[in-house]
Amino acid sequence: MIIAEKKPIEEIIEAVKDYGRILILGCNECVTVCEAGGKKEVQVLASALRMYFLKEGDEKRIEERTLERQCDHEYLEELREDIDRYDAVVSLACGVGVQFAAEKYMETPLLPGVNTTCLGANEQRGVWTERCQACGSCVLASTAGICPVSRCAKRVLNGPCGGSSDGKCEINKELDCAWQLIIDRLKALGRLEDYECVAPIKDWSTDRAGGPRKTVREDVQI
Amino acid sequence: MRLKCPSNFRIVRLPCTGKIDVIHILRSFEKGADGVYVVGCREGECHFTSGNFRARKRVEQAAAILEKIGIGGERVRMYNLSSGEAPLFVQYSTEMDDHIRNLGPNPVRNAKGAGEHAA
Amino acid sequence: MSNKTSSRLEKVLRSGQMAVTSECGPPRGSDPEAVTKKGEMIKEYVDSVNITDNQTSMTRMCSLAACIHLKLAGLDPVLQMVTRDRNRIALQSDILGAASFDINNILCLSGDHQSFGDCARGQNVHDLDSMQLIQTVRHMRDEGKFLGGDDINRPPDMFVGAAANPFADPFEIRVPRLAKKVACGVEFIQTQCIYNLDRFEEWMKGVRDRGLHEKVFILAGMTPMKSAGMAKFMKNRVPGMDVPDEVVKRLSGVEKKKQAQEGIDICVESMQRLKEIEGVAGFHVMAIEWEEKVPEIVERSGLYPRPDV
Repeated sequence: MIIAEKKPIEEIIEAVKDYGRILILGCNECVTVCEAGGKKEVQVLASALRMYFLKEGDEKRIEERTLERQCDHEYLEELREDIDRYDAVVSLACGVGVQFAAEKYMETPLLPGVNTTCLGANEQRGVWTERCQACGSCVLASTAGICPVSRCAKRVLNGPCGGSSDGKCEINKELDCAWQLIIDRLKALGRLEDYECVAPIKDWSTDRAGGPRKTVREDVQI
Repeated sequence: MRLKCPSNFRIVRLPCTGKIDVIHILRSFEKGADGVYVVGCREGECHFTSGNFRARKRVEQAAAILEKIGIGGERVRMYNLSSGEAPLFVQYSTEMDDHIRNLGPNPVRNAKGAGEHAA
Repeated sequence: MSNKTSSRLEKVLRSGQMAVTSECGPPRGSDPEAVTKKGEMIKEYVDSVNITDNQTSMTRMCSLAACIHLKLAGLDPVLQMVTRDRNRIALQSDILGAASFDINNILCLSGDHQSFGDCARGQNVHDLDSMQLIQTVRHMRDEGKFLGGDDINRPPDMFVGAAANPFADPFEIRVPRLAKKVACGVEFIQTQCIYNLDRFEEWMKGVRDRGLHEKVFILAGMTPMKSAGMAKFMKNRVPGMDVPDEVVKRLSGVEKKKQAQEGIDICVESMQRLKEIEGVAGFHVMAIEWEEKVPEIVERSGLYPRPDV
């Protein structure tokens, strides 16, 4: 899922300080699971902002709402009747949600309340780590289920590089070397000889480099 | 035991401090409390295993937020004791009372419109 | 096998004689003399000289420009090229730029992560990795074509090399990794600097068992220790480096001002021993910022004068 982190409150204060009526808008999906932008986080942010501005002698009305998702039209439409009550919206959804909401409500400033960081998994309570870079041409079948594009700091497709040390990456001793993981897994699968297959030069045109991606399924469009 | 406890305290009872969320602490301040203290079981003796550990983390989180917005992180504290230690409870309460009096009133309290919008 | 390029390094290696290469770091500025002076110092003692490519991600004069200066000064440079900073267009382009000056050796590397250097907040590229870069140079040279398929006018005449580290992790793929580079078309290898000769011999045995020593020329990396402190640092703080206790002890056992000479003695003795190992085709002497010692090391190892080819 998409992982995000709360923005520092100072940043949000700076972004909203000139607006009088503000909506803090949460999302019930990914950002709820990674505890950055769900209903609980909306409540906490709204309360903190209210107290800050009250203390500053600034009259603001700060309201709270959480939508099921902010990346689908039907949920964002739920705001249609109320959107004019606000001078600005701080969306705690991932970057997708903030933008989709902004496109829908062109006349209301849409401000991000979280920093979207990656596509990742929940390794343990409170820890989310990156697993996918959305490169558009998945090579996991040839790397024993471990992605060198997202888990190798140099995205080498024929690794490891010379910086792999004791199973860890040269940039951070706590970061597993993706290629060590791949080799370990190849061994576990009894396929270590596959290590010598040379991965060909990658087609990055399906990645960010090729421009913003678009997926169309005509078979579901009526 | 009829021990004397400061009278300006509002006590909220819970089955376990683990039930507390950050928002409960923040709302208390929004509504004008000058200080909040969370009193839970001694660490390692939580009836529900780790409720008091969760509470401590949430108290720390709330303190960090309160500090950032200029209300003051020292206004919220956690104490641990067992239910049989009434005199200790009084001692902590008195300590908290003194501590908060020294800090002065919650700056939100005197601001216009305080408490009106808190849900 | 006949020479595939006009590289002096290739000629020496294919003649069956021991080759010697060395390494220079370009300056953190634009003064060409910083390069040519070092080149002058070692010119007669080496067959080719590597120029590093923004090593440890510290921004320096580019390897290509420094190689050009050396080439114009009569040396045979090895263009080190990392994949960290350039996409496939720039890589092919720089290869042609080098080839236009008849620079005919290239060393294909991934490159240290940018977080180590002076631009830790920058992007990295890695459009290709080092193995794919090897394939690319061979393709440009032997097929005479760009990666995109078009023909190249005057394809690059380049002898293709890469690095190998017999001491790195994970251990079990050290020889398979060399085999993989050979399969990609690498023609010469320069290893990480060697202090643990036994372990190096073990790696060489694995290399020979697979016949790889007959498919690629292996140059043993050598770096003289300047002091016991340097030995300890490299032992404890540099990953992928194997410095045995005996080496540290030997240096520590000598008074400080004699340690540098002891380090050179150790280097020369190691080279004498390594010369005898089947499959070692030469040496890559890395005396960074100590280039003045290269002549002594080469002479005392019995590798001077360099052959006429």
